Amino acid sequence: MSDATRPLIVGAGPAGIRAAQILVSSGIRPAVIDEAPSGGGQIYRQRLVADERSAKDLYGSEAAKATALHGTFAGIRDRIDYYPETLVWNLRDKAADAVTGHRTRRIPFSHLILATGATDRVLPFPGWTLPGVFTLGGSQIALKSQGCAIGEEVVFLGSGPLLYLVAWQYVKAGANVAAVLDTSQFSAKLHLLRGLFAQPSVVLRGFRYAAELMARGVAVRFGVQPVRIDGATRVEGVVWRERDVEHRLACDAIGYGFSLRSETQLADLAGCRFVFDARDRAWRPERDGAGRTTMPGVYIAGDGAGIAGADAAELAGERAGLALLEDVGLSVDHVRIGVLERKLASISKFRDVLEAAFPFPQAWANGISDDVTLCRCEEIAIGAVRDAVRDQGVFELNRLKALTRVGMGRCQGRMCGNAAVEVLAAACGQSPDAVGRLRAQPPIKPIPLGVMAEEETA
Amino acid sequence: MSNALHRDVAIIGGGLVGSSAALALRRMDFSVVLLDKGFCGAQASGVNYGGVRRQGRPAEQIALSQRAHAIWPRLKGLIGIDGEFVRSGHLKLARTEAEMASLEAYAGRVADLGLDLELIGGNQLRGRFPWIAGDVMGASLCAGDGHANPRLVSAAFADAARRAGVDVLEQTRVSHVEKALEGFCLSAGSNTEIKARFVINSAGAWAGPFAEAFGEPVPLHAIYPSMIVTEPLDVFMSVNIGAEGGGIYARQVERGNCIVGGMRGEPLAEPDFSRPTGSGAVTIMNRAAALFPALRHAYAIRSWSGTEGEMADRNPVIGFSRTTPNLIHAFGFSGAGFQIAPGVGEVLAELVRDGESRTPIQAFAIDRFARTTQDSRADNGPEPKKREAAQ
Repeated sequence: MSDATRPLIVGAGPAGIRAAQILVSSGIRPAVIDEAPSGGGQIYRQRLVADERSAKDLYGSEAAKATALHGTFAGIRDRIDYYPETLVWNLRDKAADAVTGHRTRRIPFSHLILATGATDRVLPFPGWTLPGVFTLGGSQIALKSQGCAIGEEVVFLGSGPLLYLVAWQYVKAGANVAAVLDTSQFSAKLHLLRGLFAQPSVVLRGFRYAAELMARGVAVRFGVQPVRIDGATRVEGVVWRERDVEHRLACDAIGYGFSLRSETQLADLAGCRFVFDARDRAWRPERDGAGRTTMPGVYIAGDGAGIAGADAAELAGERAGLALLEDVGLSVDHVRIGVLERKLASISKFRDVLEAAFPFPQAWANGISDDVTLCRCEEIAIGAVRDAVRDQGVFELNRLKALTRVGMGRCQGRMCGNAAVEVLAAACGQSPDAVGRLRAQPPIKPIPLGVMAEEETA
Repeated sequence: MSNALHRDVAIIGGGLVGSSAALALRRMDFSVVLLDKGFCGAQASGVNYGGVRRQGRPAEQIALSQRAHAIWPRLKGLIGIDGEFVRSGHLKLARTEAEMASLEAYAGRVADLGLDLELIGGNQLRGRFPWIAGDVMGASLCAGDGHANPRLVSAAFADAARRAGVDVLEQTRVSHVEKALEGFCLSAGSNTEIKARFVINSAGAWAGPFAEAFGEPVPLHAIYPSMIVTEPLDVFMSVNIGAEGGGIYARQVERGNCIVGGMRGEPLAEPDFSRPTGSGAVTIMNRAAALFPALRHAYAIRSWSGTEGEMADRNPVIGFSRTTPNLIHAFGFSGAGFQIAPGVGEVLAELVRDGESRTPIQAFAIDRFARTTQDSRADNGPEPKKREAAQ
């Protein structure tokens, strides 16, 4: 059986590790490929070098989960083929092309579990490309992985639960947080009360973060409209509007983001069919409740399958692993499957609450001015999208890319893609699902030309 | 609600050939409808390498190629943009004595055709093009050749045709075409019926069934030339690079990105699209890193592949149908259509207007296969030797 069943798991975050654990427990030896030097994913990312910080310092209220996950991964380490610091840059015909440093190898697989996670959803505004501007996730990585803050006077801006979490982590670490600027209204937070029944601990934790921030004198503002980030050569301050009054605050770094976006390029290369997820305002791989995609033998779990958070990722990773076991005819614990699916359904309902509490800034796409950079890789401004719609009748995203270069650069649309969809859809008077999605092309992230091909692993 | 059109000319396929023919015909005052199953210039015309090259073409293509050569510098006036066309020169490298002999023989064959080829020996090559490494025996330079951006050029021809009054119907697949008493009847999209006096079949890799429908089966098969592009780098590559025997071609755009090709990809499940293979992309990257030291530490940011029609003898089909009056074929450019396409567009317009073209196209007659029809073949291996495949 193990000769024929050679699953590949891409991503060693909560979903990937739990999936690996389930397979290992049934005597299957999966390959696990991860871009990071050690397991945990973004949420439970480990330090690059040991320092005096405890798990509690690093992960706060989630320390126990982080420690448990790291422990699980260490425990199965000799029963998996683990490729850290390795990027799957191409997928085709039941084989992955994976690059480690300057070596690329082809790794054949019988089954594929994609646990590719998410990155920040970025919406451009004036000044967003200045040095000193980071994403919320990037700000968090700097702290967790490298033990440094993004600046001396930090402002966090945007929307989503991560906004408060990162700000709180910075304060806890002793960094100076000048303000938390939430683009959603305070009244929207009342939706969270609905979530008290579904996920009380999550809601209470969120309120605690906000309360502690305020108690420590951090200015927390709601209903903020970002106007611009000031600075000649780097961040010097941020200007925003609140109820038509303009405010300015000096700072030297900004962490910002508007919730998360799924990393879906590998699912696309694997041939999975996509559906539009109205809650995420994005296309994601179509999947059943167990994580089966439309491609036989390809499963997807965690934030890469649609944004649901770390707790859901652990559950979904386990569920996808169990689905794989079911599909190869091994016995599984159906009671456990029932528990997992109930918990996932509950979290999914809670996501609706979070979306209501941190709504997408619908007015952004029509309000952003023409001269703001949209695609920073190719240096294309917002206005180029509107011009293409007006002058060339563009109404589809890949055509927009071909005619304007938006999404054609280093990031392949991973950074600018969501914003491009919003601007294109708004300019066409359409909803975001109507303008299509970018076709993924390998390599999904840049790889060196001098990369050396290794013989196929047996 | 059905949509009925009555036009002088219906063109099937809005690639660069169809779009430039549409524009040329409109400027002769014909009424024209241009039909494309997707977006104009989104297939091979828009995603090819972008070489604007006469050098290396067989002698029978040179007259047509020269005609196109005169059009490229005039793009701005013709279609409103220059399409990033630069007359950089095209340098074809020889890596062996035999390849150098082959370049010399080619220069002899086309000596009277106006390409002004310059043969360059190894030592001189290293002096003039120090950014090329490796065992290069020599090269042939065609200073008048260059490169351009196919993404922009092909769509701009269709845009210009639309502005000139052509009905450009995108997302409108031609499902049926037949000869009627007067001209042709076409069904397209969900509800478009077209009557036209002339039909031009410029459907690229999808042209075969339209020819076959009129009793003219052709040995046309799909190929998937694939390319990679680097991040933007300091500009070092002063010419468009090709290689005798194939295997690599490369150019650098003003923004600094290097585009390198030389392998072939594979079609996807949705066969209108294709993708490079992983090993093919690595092969291209490694060849580029070996030939150009400046690329050794560069990163590839993207790869892609296009769907192109190739003929068994690697010459296109251009000219009147032998079975059906007023049906004109123009397809099968075999990975080398980009440069000559604007010239082909003019030729097609002349065929409609005059029944003949002032540029010789006999070599491209569709009935040249009648006696030696070959089976189509799958081909996703390396680019064939001996003739450079991409533009």
